[in-house]
Amino acid sequence: MKRTLLVLVLCVALLATLSFAKTKIVYWQYYYETKIKTVDQVIEEFERLNPDIEVEHVNFPYENYNQKVAASVPAGIGPDVVNLFYGWIPKYVTSGYLQPLPEDEFSKAYFAENFFPFVGPGVNFEGKSYALPIAVRSLSLIWNKDLFKAAGLDPEKPPLTLNELVAYAKKLTVYDRAGNIVQAGLTMQPSGQGHQWIREVLIRQFGGVPYSSDNKMVMYDKTGAGADVLKFYTDLIVEDKISYPGFMNDDVTAFSSQKAAMTIDGSFRIGTLRNVKGLNFAFAELPSHNGVKSNFASFWANGITKNATGDRLVAAIKFVKFLSSEYVMDLWLKNVGELPANPALAANYYDDPTYGPFLKGLEYAHATFFVDETAQRQVIMDAVDKVINGYSPETAWKEMASEEQVVLDKFWK
Amino acid sequence: MKLRQKKTMTAYLFLIVPLIFFIFVRFFPTIYAFWLSFTDWNIISPKMNFVGFDNFRALFADSVFMKSLWNTFKYVLYGVPLVLVLSFAISLLLNNIRKGQAFYRLIYVMPYITPLVAVSWVWRWMYQRPPVGVINNLFSFVGIPTQRFLFSMDQALIAIVVTTVWVNLGYCIVIFLAGLQTIPKEYLEASKIDGANRWQVLTKITVPLLNPVILFLVVTQSILFLRIFTQVYNMTDQGSGGPLNSTKPLVLYIYQKAFLSFEMGSASSATVVLFGIILLITLLQFRLLKRRVQY
Repeated sequence: MKRTLLVLVLCVALLATLSFAKTKIVYWQYYYETKIKTVDQVIEEFERLNPDIEVEHVNFPYENYNQKVAASVPAGIGPDVVNLFYGWIPKYVTSGYLQPLPEDEFSKAYFAENFFPFVGPGVNFEGKSYALPIAVRSLSLIWNKDLFKAAGLDPEKPPLTLNELVAYAKKLTVYDRAGNIVQAGLTMQPSGQGHQWIREVLIRQFGGVPYSSDNKMVMYDKTGAGADVLKFYTDLIVEDKISYPGFMNDDVTAFSSQKAAMTIDGSFRIGTLRNVKGLNFAFAELPSHNGVKSNFASFWANGITKNATGDRLVAAIKFVKFLSSEYVMDLWLKNVGELPANPALAANYYDDPTYGPFLKGLEYAHATFFVDETAQRQVIMDAVDKVINGYSPETAWKEMASEEQVVLDKFWK
Repeated sequence: MKLRQKKTMTAYLFLIVPLIFFIFVRFFPTIYAFWLSFTDWNIISPKMNFVGFDNFRALFADSVFMKSLWNTFKYVLYGVPLVLVLSFAISLLLNNIRKGQAFYRLIYVMPYITPLVAVSWVWRWMYQRPPVGVINNLFSFVGIPTQRFLFSMDQALIAIVVTTVWVNLGYCIVIFLAGLQTIPKEYLEASKIDGANRWQVLTKITVPLLNPVILFLVVTQSILFLRIFTQVYNMTDQGSGGPLNSTKPLVLYIYQKAFLSFEMGSASSATVVLFGIILLITLLQFRLLKRRVQY
């Protein structure tokens, strides 16, 4: 009797330790309803495939995300796997927060096989890779078909080149008697996606490159057409008067309230625009110039923090890999509406009228290496503001380059 | 123990609770910020190196910081006199009416009890250019050229001051009214009998007797304008304090340093500078305005 009891107790104890032996990792991402639901579903599937791993999913409001992540690290209670904007990687790495992805598992060949070409450099810092994206975003030209028709333009034909874009924009702008713009031809919002369009698309189309290959130097003042880029952009505001920054408060409001005929925006806006009643719009690849096509891509990626060691590191690697699997990417496109980072999977959607133009843009897209995205956006906003307030584009462009160089130097010192 | 001693003990016992609160929630973070201002902490790094006065030197060499500092003074210089004069004038008028005083008071206090973020956004939309901005549409209607307001380097700061004055007006009116009602009627009547005109009554009796109220309002309103943030953050494009930093106050500069550029060390230095300024201005005002008037 006693012996049976002892065996029973031992069995229970063994079972208990077995269930305790489950490796538990913590995953953090910001609060976005469809993303959370999808990740919950993904975690369920992951735990089914890996019964020895348990994933705890923690969310924070987007506004507080960085602060929460930041505060948790010194306190030592942070996550094992963290979802972060790729532009934050340099800061997180130099702060000793992220650990590099092991090269044997995440080789160059692995990146080439699974991701669009801009992803590898985007997650690389000083020769090591730090994170993997689930989904990516790019820009497209979005146009309002009804306003095209009203202006006597073919509603099925978006402008294909910058020259066409300017011509169309002029035709599509409507003024009141006093000369105030009441309908913008094209939104001009550097604080929105405008700064990305200038930096990664216009600069390249005017023959320049934004930064040196090691990302330490501003190059747009030394290469290509230099200040002509800014002149092109601000001429639309100052000379052609097709719109101005802050028209209808912002570009998204202007376009969704049908007060702007064209806008340049990211794939993350698809959902917002679809929910606007009566808005008859379509997407197109960004207009080319001098035969050059370019686009800006950005993404959120999953990295492994220094918290993860031993079994938890092994589990974290598995989880990060799983999050970037085709299964998750496909689910992500369907549930969240973000573009798959895998070209093979993306190819299935090339003919989709919504996703197609964005996906084609990914082939020739560049992901800017941001050291301080807010500050780098600010210098472009300021340059445009300067020209509006009477500076010459040459002066504004030169000052923009030297101000941004200060931002870069501060990071690299 | 005597009854008196017991009473004092009880009082101290109750005072301990707020004291603990103040030490941990107010003083400790303040002192910590002072310490941070001498480090290069970048908010996500566990490393925190002592750098002496480097942050302060860098701040005063930073043109954006100097601009924010100057903007902050502009907010105070434009805002405080405007809100005080307006609210004093309105409260004098309100003090004269008996019927409907509560109603008017309520109207003026409404902006003050409305969440500042909502107020800022409503004003932001009112300041828009056509086709949506109410103010500009009105201008258009009567034939005045439309203004750029929040997008103009010259008008943006003043536009924000106007909104802030509109918000703070109600509070100042209530305080002024309370002050006016404490002035003994005998003084006013006696002065009238002595042949004082309205202006003399105002300058020789009302204003001097309101001195403590004025001091209180000058100090609190100055501190409010020195710490201006919410309006600017919500009324400028992407909360940037633009165009070209023309509306950026110190607190917004601090916020951007700390939570967008993650430079906690230099953000703390800027906080220390702001703290010093507020302390100095407040002490100065106490010294200049603290005059007891008795008749």
